Amino acid sequence: MKTDRGVGIYVHIPFCKRKCDYCDFVSFAGKEDLFSAYFSALGSEISQKKDKFGALTVDSVFFGGGTPSLPESSCLTGILDVLREKFNFSKNPEITTEVNPDSGSFEKLKAYKEAGFNRISIGLQSANDEELKTLSRVHDFKKFTVCYENALRAGFTDINVDLMSAIPGQTLKSYEKTLKTVAELNPSHISAYSLILEEGTPFFERFKDGKGLPDEDTDREMYALTRAFLKDYGFERYEISNYAKPGFECKHNIGYWERKPYLGLGLAAASLMNETRYQKHGDLRRYIDGDFSEDTEKLDRTSQMEEFMFLGLRLIKGVSVERFKELFGKSIQEEYGDVLKKLNKEGLLLFDDRVYLTEKGLDVANYCMSEFIK
Amino acid sequence: MNRDHIRNFCIIAHIDHGKSTLADRIIERTGLLTEREMQAQVLDNMDLERERGITIKAQTVRTVYKAKNGEEYIFNLIDTPGHVDFNYEVSRSLAACDGAILVVDAAQGVEAQTLANVYLALDHDLEVFPVINKIDLPSADPEKVIKEIEDVIGIEAQDAPLISAKNGINIDDVLERIVEKVPAPKGSENDPLQALIFDSLYDSYKGVIVFVRVVNGRVKKGTRIRMMATGAVEEVVEVGYFGAGQFLPCEELSAGEVGYITASIKNVRDTAVGDTVTDDERPCAKALPGYKKVQSMVYCGVYPADGAKYPDLRDALEKLQLNDASLFYEPETSVALGFGYRCGFLGLLHLEIIQERLEREYNLDLVTTAPGVVYKVYKTNGDMIELTNPSNLPSPTEIDYMEEPIVNAEIMVTTQFVGSIMELCQERRGKYLSMEYIEETRALIKYELPLNEIIYDFFDALKSRSRGYASFDYELKGYERSDMVKLDILINREEVDALSFIVHRDSAYERGRKMCEKLKDEIPRHLFEIPIQAAVGGKIIARETVKAMRKDVLAKCYGGDITRKKKLLEKQKEGKKRMRQIGNVEIPQKAFMSVLKLDED
Repeated sequence: MKTDRGVGIYVHIPFCKRKCDYCDFVSFAGKEDLFSAYFSALGSEISQKKDKFGALTVDSVFFGGGTPSLPESSCLTGILDVLREKFNFSKNPEITTEVNPDSGSFEKLKAYKEAGFNRISIGLQSANDEELKTLSRVHDFKKFTVCYENALRAGFTDINVDLMSAIPGQTLKSYEKTLKTVAELNPSHISAYSLILEEGTPFFERFKDGKGLPDEDTDREMYALTRAFLKDYGFERYEISNYAKPGFECKHNIGYWERKPYLGLGLAAASLMNETRYQKHGDLRRYIDGDFSEDTEKLDRTSQMEEFMFLGLRLIKGVSVERFKELFGKSIQEEYGDVLKKLNKEGLLLFDDRVYLTEKGLDVANYCMSEFIK
Repeated sequence: MNRDHIRNFCIIAHIDHGKSTLADRIIERTGLLTEREMQAQVLDNMDLERERGITIKAQTVRTVYKAKNGEEYIFNLIDTPGHVDFNYEVSRSLAACDGAILVVDAAQGVEAQTLANVYLALDHDLEVFPVINKIDLPSADPEKVIKEIEDVIGIEAQDAPLISAKNGINIDDVLERIVEKVPAPKGSENDPLQALIFDSLYDSYKGVIVFVRVVNGRVKKGTRIRMMATGAVEEVVEVGYFGAGQFLPCEELSAGEVGYITASIKNVRDTAVGDTVTDDERPCAKALPGYKKVQSMVYCGVYPADGAKYPDLRDALEKLQLNDASLFYEPETSVALGFGYRCGFLGLLHLEIIQERLEREYNLDLVTTAPGVVYKVYKTNGDMIELTNPSNLPSPTEIDYMEEPIVNAEIMVTTQFVGSIMELCQERRGKYLSMEYIEETRALIKYELPLNEIIYDFFDALKSRSRGYASFDYELKGYERSDMVKLDILINREEVDALSFIVHRDSAYERGRKMCEKLKDEIPRHLFEIPIQAAVGGKIIARETVKAMRKDVLAKCYGGDITRKKKLLEKQKEGKKRMRQIGNVEIPQKAFMSVLKLDED
C-alpha cells in the first residue's frame, strides 16, 4: 500500500472532572495530582515514537479524551509544540481539541488558538438541562453558550458541537428543540449520535432492559429528523453520525474511515501504522512509569479488504471502486460481487463508480457491513 | 477359582438412595484400590454421569474379598442404571447376576423405582436382600422403613444391615451378607459354551469389547465364537476380568464367571446386548432366554449443525450404538435441515444423554427436532404404518384412524400432594386407575397416560408440583385409538418440516400458541416482518409476528473503536453462518430445539 498520504495523530487525555454514567472511554476523575506526570510521560512517548515513525508528515492532530480542556492550556500547547518539533507537519494541518463547556474559558481557548489549534469540538450533547442531568454531565446549557461565545471571540471559525439522541426521557420534540437551538448558532460541524449502552457503564445496568429509553422507532425518527432538519441549515450528512457545512468535514476523522495511517499517543490510544493495528494498555500508573507497551495485530490482505469496506461504508459517499482496485489488485465486483448484488436487491446498497449504503442501509449498517466479513 | 467362591450380584435402588456410593465402599473395602486411586465415584466413570449423579452405563468390577471365615471370594459387582428409561439395560444386567442388594434410604423409604427394580430382580429369580442406607441422617427412621419393606415389597427385612455408605458405617455387614445370601453360580465348565452379553463397549485399540456372564462351558483366546441371534462368527483375541477402571487379561473364562471378550469384531451390530455367545465348533442347544430387540419409545431427528459434518455424525452414532444397544438410527432428510438421522431412544433422558455425548465426546454441533413417539396409522386401504417422523404422515383422506402408545404409570407421593399430582395427570389426558395408601402418609396412584404426554416435561412437572416428593415409574401398556393431528409451523408462510409434530387435537391450540411465542423470541429480526403461524390441516390456529428490524448500527466508530467493532461484525457474521435458511428467513439452530422446552417459563 502506498504511504504517500499524511498521517493523523491522536492524543488521549484520560482525565475528567467527573465520569459520565454512559461513558466507557478510558478516563479518570479526581487525578489532578497526576496531570504533570502524565504530560511528561506523554512527552517521552512522543520521543520514542519519533524514533520509529519520525519520517512521517502529519496533516491532522486530534486531542480527545476524557476532557482535554480540563488541565491548564499549557499542557496541550506544550504537547503540540513537542509534536511540531519532532514531526514534519503539512502546510495546513487540521488541529482539533475537544472542549468541555465546563472548562472552556476564554483564556484557555485563546491560548489554544494562539498555539495553532484551528478547530474545536464542544461536547454539548443536549440543550435541555434535564437531559444533561440524566447524562450526569457537569455542564448546563448556559455554560455551553458562554463557552461557544468564548470560542468565537478567541477566533475559532471551525467549531463542532456534539449532540446526542435517544437519551432516556428525550422526546422527538425536545430533540428537535436542541437541533434548532444549535443549528441557529451556526457552527461549521455537528456530530449527532444515538446513545450507545456500553457494557460496564452505570447506564448499561440501569437501562439494559430498554425501559425508560426512547424505542427503536423513535430512535430512527430522530436520525431522520437530524438529517432533514440540518439540511435546511446547510449541513450535509457525510457520515452515519456526522454533518458539516461544505468544506468543513473533519479531516482527521475521515482518515479513520478511509484507513489513513494514524498514530495514537497517550494512555489506551490505538494506532494504524504499516497495516498493523496497535492498542496501548489502559493502566495509568504503568503509563506514567514509562510503560508504553501495546498489543499489535498485523492485518493480512483479507482483513485490510474487510476494513476498507466496513469503515468506508460509514461515509455517505461510500468507497471508491477505483481505489479498491488500486489497493488490492482486483475489482470490488470480483471480490464482493455476490454481497453487492444481495444488498442491492434488499434496497440497502447502491453502486456505480462508488459503493455506498442507502438511507435504509445506513440504519442497518451493521447488517450490511457484516456481509463483507469472511 | 472354585465356582462356590464366586458371587455375582448387583445393587438396586431408587435414584439417589446411595447405590453408587455403596458400590464404591464395597470396592474400597475389598482392598483392590487404595483411597488415592478412588475417583469420586469409581463406577460412574463417564463425565456426564458424574455431573448428573446418575448411572447411565452399566459398569462392572471384579474384586477379591477375604471373608471372616478366612476364605477368599470373587465379587463381580454389576452396576445397573437407575433411571426408568433404561429398564432394558437393568434387565440384562440383572440376568447376569445371581443376587441383588436392595438399597433403601432410611429417610425416604420405599419409592416407585424401588418397587419396579425389586420386581424386575424377582422376575430374574435373583436372591434379593435389603440394606437400609443413610442411617446417620437426622431424619432416618430405619424401623419404619424395615416395616415398609416387609409390608409393601413383602421381603424379610428384620436383619437388614443398617449402614451409611457415605460414612462407611457397617459396610462389613454388607460384605458378609453378600457371601451368605447371594447364591454361588450354577452351571458346568464341561457343557458347551453359553454366555450372556450384558453390555459392550468400543475401544479404539481393542475394537468391540463384549461383556459376558459365562453360564456354561469356557472361552479363551483362539475359541471361535458365534453370536446366536446375529449369527456373527469371530475368533477370540483376548479374555479377561474387570479391574476397577481397567481390563485385566486372563487365561480363560469359565462357567459362573463374569468378564470380557475381544475378537476382531468389526461390525458393531454383531454384538447385540442380550444375545448368547457360544462355541461355533461345539454350540449349545439353545440360546439363553430374555433376548429381545430393544424398542425405541421416543424418536427425533438429529442433524449436524454444519451439513458437511454428516459423515462425522454417522461415525459417532455408529460408535455410540456400540456402547448403547438401545440407540436406533436411520438416515432421513429434511427440507429445512438437510441430511441427518431419525434416532430412536428409550426415553427423553436417554435422548438428552445421547445428544450430550455426541456433542461432547464427538465434538459435534447438533440440531434436534421435537421428540415424538411411535404412532400407528391405519389407512383407509387397510395398511398400517408405524409413524416415527411427523413429515411422513399420510394425507388426512388416506387415514382411517390413528393409535398412540399408552403407559401404565405408578406414582408414589406423600398424601398432601395427591390432589396436585392427580390434576397433573388429568391435564396430561391420564385415565385414573386406582389409588392405595401404602402407609399413613403415602399413596400409590395408578394412571394410564399417553406416552407423548410424558416425554416432554412430565418429570419436571411432577417434581415441582410435589416439591420433589413424588416418584414415578412406567411401562408400556399398548396402543389405543386416539384423535391425533399434525401441527405444522409456517415461517413467513412457508411450512418448516422440521418443526412439525403430532399432537392430540385438544392440545393442538395450546401447543401451537406456545410454539409461536417461543419462535418469536428465537428468530432474530429481519429487514422485513415475519409471520409465524401454527396450522392444523391447513387451518391457521395461532400467529405471532417478528417485527422488522429498523436499527442495527453503531453510531460511533473512531480510531480506538475499530478493532472492537470488527470483532462485533465477525460475531454477527458467525451467527449468520449458524443459521438455517428457510425461504428468505434465517432461523437459528436453537429455534428448532426450543420446542423441547415449551413449558419452561
